[in-house]
Amino acid sequence: MAIEEDVIVIGGGIAGSIAALSAADTGAQVRLVTHKKSTLRHASGLIDVLGYTDGESGPVHDPFTSLDGLPEEHPYSLVGESAIRGGLEIFDTVTDGAYSGAHTDQNALVTTSGGAIKPTARYPTSAAAGLVSDDRSMLIVGFRSLTDFNGELVADHLAAAGVPFEVNGAEIEVPGNYRADARVTRIANALDLNKDLSYNGRTLPAREAFAEAIKPHLGTADRVGVPALLGDDHADDVRADLERSLGVAVFEIPMGPPSYPGLRLEDLLFDALDDAGVRISDGNPAVGYETAADGDTLESITIDRRGREIPYHAEQFILATGGLVGKGINSDRNGVYEPVFNCYVPHSDDRYQWFSEDAFGEHPFATFGVPIDEHCQPLTAEGKTEFSNLRAAGGVIGGVDPTAEKSKSGVSLATGYAAGREAGEAI
Amino acid sequence: MSDAESPSSFDPTAQSFEPVSVFPDAEDMDLRPGADNCYKCTACDTSCPVAEVDDEFPGPKFQGPEQWRLKRKSDEAVDDSIMSCSNCMRCDNACPSSVPLSQMHNTARAEYVDEEMDKLSREYLRNRTLANYRTLASVGSKVPRLTNFVMGNSIVQKINEKILGITAEREFPDFATETFRQWWNKRGGPKVRSEEKRVAYFHGCYSNYNTPEVGKGMVRVFESFGYEVVVPKQGCSGTPMFANGMLADAKREAGITVDNFSGLIDEGYDVIASCTSCSMSLKQEYPELFSMDGIEDLSIHTYEAMEYLRIHEDLEGAIADASVEEQAFAYHAPCHARNQGLDRQAVELFRDLDGVVIEDVGDSCSGISGTYGWKEEKYETSMKIGEEMFGHMEHSTGNVGMTECPTCSMQMEHGTGYDIKHPLQLLEEALVE
Repeated sequence: MAIEEDVIVIGGGIAGSIAALSAADTGAQVRLVTHKKSTLRHASGLIDVLGYTDGESGPVHDPFTSLDGLPEEHPYSLVGESAIRGGLEIFDTVTDGAYSGAHTDQNALVTTSGGAIKPTARYPTSAAAGLVSDDRSMLIVGFRSLTDFNGELVADHLAAAGVPFEVNGAEIEVPGNYRADARVTRIANALDLNKDLSYNGRTLPAREAFAEAIKPHLGTADRVGVPALLGDDHADDVRADLERSLGVAVFEIPMGPPSYPGLRLEDLLFDALDDAGVRISDGNPAVGYETAADGDTLESITIDRRGREIPYHAEQFILATGGLVGKGINSDRNGVYEPVFNCYVPHSDDRYQWFSEDAFGEHPFATFGVPIDEHCQPLTAEGKTEFSNLRAAGGVIGGVDPTAEKSKSGVSLATGYAAGREAGEAI
Repeated sequence: MSDAESPSSFDPTAQSFEPVSVFPDAEDMDLRPGADNCYKCTACDTSCPVAEVDDEFPGPKFQGPEQWRLKRKSDEAVDDSIMSCSNCMRCDNACPSSVPLSQMHNTARAEYVDEEMDKLSREYLRNRTLANYRTLASVGSKVPRLTNFVMGNSIVQKINEKILGITAEREFPDFATETFRQWWNKRGGPKVRSEEKRVAYFHGCYSNYNTPEVGKGMVRVFESFGYEVVVPKQGCSGTPMFANGMLADAKREAGITVDNFSGLIDEGYDVIASCTSCSMSLKQEYPELFSMDGIEDLSIHTYEAMEYLRIHEDLEGAIADASVEEQAFAYHAPCHARNQGLDRQAVELFRDLDGVVIEDVGDSCSGISGTYGWKEEKYETSMKIGEEMFGHMEHSTGNVGMTECPTCSMQMEHGTGYDIKHPLQLLEEALVE
């Protein structure tokens, strides 16, 4: 058998990466296979563990003290607090210096690009000066050509939420000449490389030009929030230079795609995978599997390399292909399914029951995914394990609405940790 | 009206419902297929090496799905920025929604060349010449020493730049004094015969005319594993033609490939290529852009050479038992290898080869993208894209470059002065007595 490992992880997002690192930590030879770029490019890069529960009216203060109130089929109830802590520990090691929040179990309150406040366990250090529990006065700056983010709107929303500080917003022109459809990537790139830009009839290095553009709006603000586009490879330098020029703290507010905090996190995770000796195969999808004669033990998964179906063998497998957005769970007119192993996904036969009439109501589709047991093993409709050597991690797991309770990253960390560890120890 | 509004009138299981059949096939120059899957997440734009260095380039999302939407509104001409797409195809790999971006770009480019570009313009003639490199090479290699002397002459290079718009900054690659095919014929063809293990080699233009040592290494490695290797008649894979919007030329070459390889596939041969753009073309672009008998079959039987051994032999074990003289490589994964999922293969294997230190120089594009970096007006963009790779090469332990792609290797050599090897050459050194 040409391609053979101890453990194969399918999926290259947070859950897959943590599962691979967790399995590699046990000494197993691990291969991570991933198809397209992961949904981290769409993600905020914020790591929430538990933000809201059914029982509590406001945001959760300490996710760990709220675990007891969760239903018994919740992934956290199944894998336990130690798995959440195990996942966070791997995450903190991988992101050392780039993320904050590890000093406490309590949630931090982070400003979002919509001006909402999100309870989150870990956040990029670049967002740290923007916590709303801090009472320093704040200026939020938006750029006119970036229609996804409006500084004045964010400031108004924060003020309306009753934050304990003065907050003002400003919309400014982006320094430099861009096409009308100037994108986040161009601005981030100009700041990253500190390219020369024209500003007010002068040519200035990008970071200086941005500081000059912000200065007139500064007023008495002690900190300035901008959309998360302050550079890519040199993001820390960009922020430090702006802080030096402005004389106040500068923080990033995570945005939608393309999300630089998400891209930076992806880089950190993949560097860690390389360092841990995890083999990575990307660019081709897993489309099927072969079992041993018992029909219960997976022998290989099938990777479709542009029409050639190639078996990848391993002793243990971890499914971390994501949820509806990542296409780890898919649907058509006939039903909802998990495309690689065809694992059981509970859902109504009537597709008009998949959603709620109320846009902000409780949508069944939000909880679609595979049910698991306490070993992260996917279960059939009869409650038996689908395969003796398959585990699941992250968004592919159902039974929970991680978007509503703000637990998406935490579920990925906890189940990734648990699935990886159990798979590695089974070798 | 959507069926959600009147669910009862629509039967999703009705046999007569064939949503695909209302759209024309890809050869009709329609940007439609896949466009509606784009939800504008911009993952493609963040992966585009040209957009990263050229502020005027609107990026892959515009070139594909958005251009389609514009054309729906009124019959807009294809924007001329399509000629600045280098056809690296990275956007394909980035798209989480599997929009066939490179296919859309290839079709848009062909439409632009057909309908917008003056056939007597310098740009058209230059692009046509570059796209048909094989024709040039087959003439030039008849008298390799003379050609090398003439093309290496700085006055000739200046004339090329002034008249044709081919940059004078680059050194033309030397033609080998004996082509791969000449060597193959002199050798008397295959040294191993087998009924079970048989492959047909698509050498492409470069390993035939310029680096026959790659093809020779490939043959010896495969024969050492007991494979019968045959070398059918062949033309160009079509890659430089796609990249220049010359789809008629590409179709002609695809026809030659299909004609000469299809029969062999029926006899149990798989097709292997040593150039990752050639294997990419046969695997993906052929069936995406042309419909002809046998083209799908050719596509699913084509492999990159080392990929083939990795799948069918215990290459990992063979490498673990081998050793070579101490050497260190700075490896660059070509974009087209990346798109086939082969970008980590060489490093993964050679990391365990005794005597070898190999380091990946990062995931940036080399910037040359075949004929792109040869164009006078694209040279600067090409070198800007390459900067990151040059820097990483210089910082790596290795003082020899390694890559599967002939034009990436030109760029690596041009930017750093390093000698560049193909992984098959190291494989030969490790595994062939």
